[in-house]
Amino acid sequence: MSITVSTVATRSGPGRSLRDSLRRVADAAVTPLSIDDVLDVFHPLRRGADLRARIVEVVHETDQSATIVLQPGRDWSGHVPGQYVRVGVDVDGVRLWRTYSLTHGPRADRRISITVKAIPGGVVSDYLVHRAPVGQMIQLAQAEGEFVLPQPLPDKILLVTAGSGITPVIGMLRNLYSRRTPPATDIVLVHVNVDESSAIFRDELRALGSTGRITLVERYDDQHGILEVDHLETLVPDLDERLAYACGPAGLLDALEAHHAARGLQLTTERFRPHLVEAGEGGTVTFASGTVVEADGATPILDAAEQAGVLMPSGCRMGICMGCVIPLKEGAVRDLRNGAITTAVPGETGPGGVPIQTCINAAAGPCHIDH
Amino acid sequence: MTAITKKPVNPTAHLTPEDIEQLGIELDAIRQEVLDDRGERDAAYIRKVVDVQRRLELASRAVLLGSALPPLWVLGTVGLSVAKILENMEIGHNVMHGQWDWMRDPKIHSTTWEWDNASTADGWKHAHNEIHHTYTNIVGKDNDLGYGIMRVDEDQRWHPAYLAQPLWNFINACFFEYGIAAYDLELGRNLRIPKEKRSAKFKADLSKTLKKIRKQATKDYVINPGLAIPFGGFLPTLAANFTANVVRNLWSHSVIMCGHFPEGVETFEKKSIPDNETRGEWYLRQMLGSANISGSKAMHLMSGNLSHQIEHHLFPDLPSNRYAEVAPKVQALFEKYDLNYHSAPLPQQVYSAWHRVVRLSLPNGWLATTNVKNLPEQTKLLWAMSTKGPKIRRAAAARLQQQARRLEQAKDVTTAA
Repeated sequence: MSITVSTVATRSGPGRSLRDSLRRVADAAVTPLSIDDVLDVFHPLRRGADLRARIVEVVHETDQSATIVLQPGRDWSGHVPGQYVRVGVDVDGVRLWRTYSLTHGPRADRRISITVKAIPGGVVSDYLVHRAPVGQMIQLAQAEGEFVLPQPLPDKILLVTAGSGITPVIGMLRNLYSRRTPPATDIVLVHVNVDESSAIFRDELRALGSTGRITLVERYDDQHGILEVDHLETLVPDLDERLAYACGPAGLLDALEAHHAARGLQLTTERFRPHLVEAGEGGTVTFASGTVVEADGATPILDAAEQAGVLMPSGCRMGICMGCVIPLKEGAVRDLRNGAITTAVPGETGPGGVPIQTCINAAAGPCHIDH
Repeated sequence: MTAITKKPVNPTAHLTPEDIEQLGIELDAIRQEVLDDRGERDAAYIRKVVDVQRRLELASRAVLLGSALPPLWVLGTVGLSVAKILENMEIGHNVMHGQWDWMRDPKIHSTTWEWDNASTADGWKHAHNEIHHTYTNIVGKDNDLGYGIMRVDEDQRWHPAYLAQPLWNFINACFFEYGIAAYDLELGRNLRIPKEKRSAKFKADLSKTLKKIRKQATKDYVINPGLAIPFGGFLPTLAANFTANVVRNLWSHSVIMCGHFPEGVETFEKKSIPDNETRGEWYLRQMLGSANISGSKAMHLMSGNLSHQIEHHLFPDLPSNRYAEVAPKVQALFEKYDLNYHSAPLPQQVYSAWHRVVRLSLPNGWLATTNVKNLPEQTKLLWAMSTKGPKIRRAAAARLQQQARRLEQAKDVTTAA
């Protein structure tokens, strides 16, 4: 399913439009800022601004999860239920990017929502669930993702979710059942959780189940034991007739994929990206040009790269002038002055990577540098 | 001033290499303490300053539309001057130092920031962050010492041209932003090179700077005055913008002069700096080569916290709002290691810096040996030194220095008695 992305306004004629001319004058009046920088002070959610959103409500779903209702900027192009969005949240002053599923279908009030489960040690998820104040601005990217229901809908669907894997699915269900004419599709949802109290959207799902809109199969590890995919058929007898969608931890998805592949059945999955970057000692540094440099854990990346013949920007070589700052796209580096680790995880850190000072940082594992 | 190694008593003579390394470790610990605590409060601070500055500038420019009315002219000009000072000092200077890079906000980042000044961010970052902060107060390496146009050290040979240096300094202060742009480009050195031999980098930088100057001038002297035409305010707005730029220039020049120029701040000889200067030694040089301005919170804000020049030079990448907090700890270290923590109110530091400029514009010892009684005689001597050729000049200079030394000795004897 394609997403419509607003295209750049096409020029009507050879001359510049009045709008463009006004803009040029306005920019010239506030240089070196652009008029957008000035307007951001007053209306950060206007059309033409960088995409942002304001937190308008935080609804606690369980002890460890909350739905964050957002008012996105005017340039938000909408989404299809099941898609996810990247958000940049300032936690303790540092902008960190994460990806969360959108948990409402398109709404009349143009608001969107993400539902976040606080994971142990999760800086952003913990902040959003427990500390984020209403009114705070966050950064936003447009919705992405292929985990969406086909159109037209098939007769029978199986949805398998575990833990916060319910989040893209609740968006689909809310969208389907908020329509004036609910769909005729027969939907079975197998919803797996550790225990009842940690089940996000439990009551809302039960309400959908009790009114007969979906068939809800609740599975709790503490009551039923860990779900074995081989037993799925006993829970869903007409498994083979259903188009399947699953979202949850990697272990479950791997097992389901193997299970469905063995039966020749179609399955669409959505994976949560795990943190893969672990800081080590030294490593390979890969540059955008394709050059790969071996760097040990005690040599600044700048020195290692220069020794290997890479032309690097540099300055004071002691960490004060910021003349050597270039983006780390992926990997971990260690500040040789105090041992502080900086990591970059694609999709989690800012779109352009994390800018680092190469003169005082050494590789702490394999690194990809955009230079 | 005289380079530290040529002084009769070197103020660091009492420190062993071990002391200096220990000092470095203790300063590192102060830095780390701030890093560990840096967070939301700091981010909120810089965002607030940026927000206030943008509102103030916009409001001032709006008021200036009516600047045909004198009270509005004054109000708008004061507002715009303050806005420009905040933009250059507390925001621009510090953002371009990377003090806020840790926030990972591309809108407040050393790699993306451009400031309201004639010099380009890239040129300034090179000249200031890299050269000045690394080679602070090393004669011949740190161009901030006299900006290459002034005599800032007794060891620089006096020449009659230096008599005009107070005037140059004042003109440089009025048009400081262009002075900075010129010196970021190393314009003097590059213009001496024949046109066809100038480096491609210089040509590219020059064209970038000229483009920036054109954009800046278009804003202040064409567009904004133009917007005031319907209110009959073209010329008053133009004058207001010009005034605000000069005020900002004078202010930033004064603050910067106070950072390294006051009497008693040390300079260093190029050859006295070891090739592999340790972190401790670098710290020590920063401690001795900088001076603070004491004053109110407003003073610190308007100076971009360069009033904490010592702390800034020790920790150029710590957020500026933290300098006031670490200052007592830094001062305690100065005491512990028996070093001179140079701090005084603004008028005193400005006077001291100007005194040095004037003193060094004259031959060594001239000012010290001159009093009201011998003024005509001394003036005649100065005239002779300026007009009668190098031979006379050298002889007179030697005599002046001898006289000054004697005067100094006599003073010592009186104090001792």
